[in-house]
Amino acid sequence: MMSVAQPAAPKTPVARILSTGALGVAVAASLLAVIDGESLELYLIDTPSLALAVGAAIVLLAAYRFARVGRVYACLGLGAGSYALAFSLIALITPHTGDAGAGFWAYVVVAWAMAWLCVEEMAALEPRDPMLRRLVSLAIPLTFGIWLLILWQVLVVGFAVPRVLLPPPSEVWLRLLASPEVLWKDFQQTFLKGVLIGYAIGCASGFLIAILVDRVPFLRRGLLPIGNLVSALPIIGVAPIMVMWFGFDWPSKAAVVIIMTFFPMLVNTVTGLAAADRIQHDLMHTYAADHRQTLVKMRLPMAMPFIFNALKINSTLALIGAIVAEFFGTPIVGMGFRISTEVGRMNIDMVWASIAVAALAGSLFYGLVALVERVVTFWHPSVRG
Amino acid sequence: MQPQPAEETVRSVIDIAKLSLTFETNDGPVHALADIDLDIGEGEFVSFIGPSGCGKTTLLRVIADLEKPTGGSISVNGMTPDEARLKRAYGYVFQAAALYPWRTIADNIALPLEIMGMSRAERSERIARNMELVNLAGFERKYPWQLSGGMQQRASIARALSFDPDLLLMDEPFGALDEIVRDHLNEQLLKLWDKTNKTVVFVTHSIPEAVFLSTRIVVLCPRPGRIYDVIESDLPRDRTLDIRESPEFLKIAHRVREGLRAGHSYDD
Repeated sequence: MMSVAQPAAPKTPVARILSTGALGVAVAASLLAVIDGESLELYLIDTPSLALAVGAAIVLLAAYRFARVGRVYACLGLGAGSYALAFSLIALITPHTGDAGAGFWAYVVVAWAMAWLCVEEMAALEPRDPMLRRLVSLAIPLTFGIWLLILWQVLVVGFAVPRVLLPPPSEVWLRLLASPEVLWKDFQQTFLKGVLIGYAIGCASGFLIAILVDRVPFLRRGLLPIGNLVSALPIIGVAPIMVMWFGFDWPSKAAVVIIMTFFPMLVNTVTGLAAADRIQHDLMHTYAADHRQTLVKMRLPMAMPFIFNALKINSTLALIGAIVAEFFGTPIVGMGFRISTEVGRMNIDMVWASIAVAALAGSLFYGLVALVERVVTFWHPSVRG
Repeated sequence: MQPQPAEETVRSVIDIAKLSLTFETNDGPVHALADIDLDIGEGEFVSFIGPSGCGKTTLLRVIADLEKPTGGSISVNGMTPDEARLKRAYGYVFQAAALYPWRTIADNIALPLEIMGMSRAERSERIARNMELVNLAGFERKYPWQLSGGMQQRASIARALSFDPDLLLMDEPFGALDEIVRDHLNEQLLKLWDKTNKTVVFVTHSIPEAVFLSTRIVVLCPRPGRIYDVIESDLPRDRTLDIRESPEFLKIAHRVREGLRAGHSYDD
């Protein structure tokens, strides 16, 4: 078990200034609200849940600032306090779009400061247990992400930003929940067909051509410059032509993805195949190894870090290619189609919902490739750590 | 057992006559080797010593068919170096261990065996035997980057021995190691040579290492790379590190040093 009662470590100057400031703001805003609730333009004290959250925040901040609190307790307390305050603020502002006054923003700053302190304490936690270590290193970016959404929500609602410019994340979320069928169909069309098939064909052909180029010297001199030219083709120009060639459905999108992914794979594999140094070539030479043995036993393993580099670059390129290609003609399904048409219909929440799905799919795809990379190139200095 | 002079009854393994090698570079020809005559017999331990640029590594690479001579003749086991290489006549140990980081130590030792198409059972028997021989038993499942430099170099020696070549070519294999590890490995190498009766050609720039290991020391000098002196060693075959204090040892070392000095003064 991890020692929960870890002794309180000295606070950094930033943590001290931030906690003192936040405590001051919280107390001052609350005193002003008690003296004259109207001056802060929001019914702070009339809302019991908010009053409770503010009270808790003040107690937690004071304890953190002046008492010797263990790191784990500090993390848990500050984290819980910041979320409680943030969500009661969101609940308060939602029916009063655009009515946020100075007091409201003061409490937003207090909640944000608590989240900052929580993350800082979390980053300083160095649990020995590997499971806890992983949990902490997951919790830090998660807290960042959630706070990005909280601030987005609060700012958009608090300042009453027009929906067409930027909808609050809550509406995007509701849209995601309301139309899973449409989004799933789009995902199938764009990602499962256009992206994955194009990616597989593009990467595989880039790899095979690289092996061929490596074996046949004149191809290297003839094909590589042409490959270079193809990679420089602007996708915006190619996409309509591919639609003309391969029709409106997914094959034209896959074709665009193939064009985009082929060249990074070709160049990286060719570079990777040249990665073995002279002594390793000499070694295979002394064993009288033939071309195939040298390729399979030495040069391909040596090239793996380069090949995975291409696979990772291509995982994001493919998604961009497929979505952009759909702007130029598509059946009435697909993420690119959804984005372009819903922008026209001012359904910005649907646009953002599609973007969210694309971002999630892209990150998971990239993460999966990176995970396989760690397994395959476990020996590489950048992986073995 | 006393070392025997190569000329007598011993079969000749490497026969070099009037060998030369000239590299064509942009600054004109570089005479890496000129007029080399050398005969190495079975079971000998021959060291090439000389200042850098004297062609000692190049000569070893010519024997291994890693460089092509431009003049003269050379035979290895009675064949051209190319034929000898294709018959896997020799094991070569490089300056760096050059182990593949994605293979365990055992799999690295198995690499030449896989290339030569040996069965799995044969491979595992040879891995075990050769890891024992270089005192690495127990490290089969480790990766090269988990081992010290000395252990890596021992693994590379086991790899060169794994397919049991009669001839071992070693290019400054212990050059990058510290002196204590180097002494230890020298002693182990000598025991190994004594046990297996292989022919060893060893490149070094360390005088004590050359004298301690060799039955014959070939002193080379640069520009053009050529043989300056060949010194027969009459030290007994089973040596320990203490022998380095003996007058016989110091006498041979002295002659090697004289040779190096004379060859070196040439270009200053």
